[in-house]
This record gives sequence, C-alpha cells and structure tokens, in this order.
Amino acid sequence: MCGICGCDEAVLTEPAAPVHGQHHHHTDGGAVAAGGTRTIELQQKVLAKNDSIAAANRRWLRAHDVAAVNLMSSPGAGKTTLLERTARDLAGQLAISVIEGDQETTLDADRITSAGSAVIQINTGAGCHLDAGMVARGLDALAPPAGSMVMIENVGNLVCPALFDLGEDARVVLGAVTEGADKPRKYPHMFRQADVVMLNKIDLLPYVSFDLDRYLADLRQVAPGARVLRLSATSGDGLDGWYDWLCGHLPAPPE
Amino acid sequence: MHELAITEGLVDAVLERLPGRQVVAVRLEIGALSGVVADSLRFCFDLVTDGTALQGAALEITEPPAVCHCRVCARDFEPDAPIALCPCGSAEVTVVSGQDLKITSVGVA
Repeated sequence: MCGICGCDEAVLTEPAAPVHGQHHHHTDGGAVAAGGTRTIELQQKVLAKNDSIAAANRRWLRAHDVAAVNLMSSPGAGKTTLLERTARDLAGQLAISVIEGDQETTLDADRITSAGSAVIQINTGAGCHLDAGMVARGLDALAPPAGSMVMIENVGNLVCPALFDLGEDARVVLGAVTEGADKPRKYPHMFRQADVVMLNKIDLLPYVSFDLDRYLADLRQVAPGARVLRLSATSGDGLDGWYDWLCGHLPAPPE
Repeated sequence: MHELAITEGLVDAVLERLPGRQVVAVRLEIGALSGVVADSLRFCFDLVTDGTALQGAALEITEPPAVCHCRVCARDFEPDAPIALCPCGSAEVTVVSGQDLKITSVGVA
C-alpha cells in the first residue's frame, strides 16, 4: 500500500472516468544500501515521496501554465462558500477548476458544479488531509486549461494539511470570526506557512465576541509575512482584495 | 492524526530502500518545529509495521531543538514554543533547523 499517496484509500469522483495513465508518483530515487552492516545510514526525509510528487505536480503546473492554490481552514470556515462565490463572480474573467477534498460525500463538488466550475471530488476516507499523490490524480482528471487557476480545497482541518506539500503556488488559510480569535496561536504550524490569511464572515462581527485586534496581533507574530485579507463570502464585503490577489497570481499567458 | 499517514510513509520508505531485509530498529529525527507528535507516531508504528519486515522493530526517536535566526537583531536562538519569537521581541525570524522529519538510519538483522 502506498501510505503517502493514498492510492488504495482515496476515492476520486468525477463526471468522466479518471485518466490514470500519466500518474507520476512512486519516483523515489534512493539507492539500496549494501548488505553486511547492521546499521544502515539513510538520512532520508520521511515525506520524501510526497515531496517528490509535489515537485512533479509543480513542474506539471508550470509546463501547462496553470496556477494552483491550496486553500485550508477548519471545517465550517467557509471554503466552499468562498469558492462558489468566486466562481460566480469571476465567471468569464478567470477559469477556475476545483479539487475538493473531503472525507466523505460529493456535497461540496455538487455545489461547485452548480456554481459553474469544473470540479473533481477526492474522498480521503479515514484520511485527514490531501497529499500530493491525490492532487496528481486530480490534475490528471481535471486537465485544467492553460491560463487557469486550480483551487485545491483541502480537508477541513488546521493541523494535518500543514505538513503536506501539494505542489501549489500559494497557501491560503481561511479563518472566520465565528471560530474564535485564538486560532493563529493555537495552530501555528498551519498559519506560519500561509502566504495569505483571510478572515471570513466579517459581516457577523457585530454579533460575535471576536477580538479582531488580538487576532491580527497574533497573526503578525505567527505569520509576519502573510498577506491578511478580511472579507465575507456571503455579503461580498472585501472580496475585491481576494480577487485582486487571485488575478495577480495567474500564470503568464501561454505563448 | 497525520501521524498515521506519516508512519505509513516511513514504513514504505524503509521497505523500498531495503527490500527483503529484516529491520530491527528505525532511528528517526523529529524536529521540534516539524509538527509531528512523537508519541502519536510511536502509537501508529506497531500498527503499521504489523506483518511487514519492520514488525517488532524498535523505534528510536530523537527530538533536536529548533534553531531560528532573527532578521532584526541577527542572533540565532532556540524558540521555546511553536511560535518562533526572538528574545528581542521580533517575529521576523527564519527557521534554520528543526522542521525536519528524517529517518537517520535503520538497524538490520
């Protein structure tokens, strides 16, 4: 069984049959040590296989002029709502396709399809995160067009997805004012490597006890390099900043 | 519980590097900023190695501290929490080491 890739575990659901032929994992380059010794030095990263698949994904994305964003949050922060809204608002301007990661169901994929974007659903089963092998399969099946953006909606979880490079161009962490202001401090591994942190549901600020100053101060400590955006995917407040950022991260036009 | 997937990756990596060998010990380095919990990994190790050439192998884990470099005061320091803050108060730090999760060596029969 391939534990990192999850080939035997994750279930891929899409409108058409998956194309598995270009699957580009299982590329570990390690040499077998000579026998005879009792201790064999390996000095190998445990996640080397995932990292090599992620590097292959990155090369594939570059070669096909496609950008990819790894969108992560806790469950219920509003990832799918944000993607639905983004797909509708940017229809005609930006081709977006989505890799949906959830433990079970195609509910999110159905919502994205209704919003007009191509989508592939990956059900991780017991898995708590997407890994690079799953994304490789998703890219094979989606075949996103040149000049487009692939949004990878990770499994709702602020812990595990932080460790797995998927080959994305940028990591976006979505918080929400409904989930408490202490998340950056509680989950520093996730926030530390974010390129963008978005705080969602700001239209609810008058109704919840969310300490915005503390949240922003903690973010400056945990993720001083991250771009911080405040928005509401429901009311539309602040979405312009997100769209500007997205359009600024599109791949160069194909020649 | 990403430690389960990580343990599976660990076992796969050893099996691929040392096909056909009976492994009696696996030595791991878990950096303080790697985001991996050693106890969770130990918990998963027996489950994942069951029925493989690693079954019964000892898991020896070392947890080296992280080292960060402050871009404001230019000193290197060991952060005492997952939030890497320099003693000078700056958060403008670069992680020099401590994020690795590495198989350093294995013992074979």
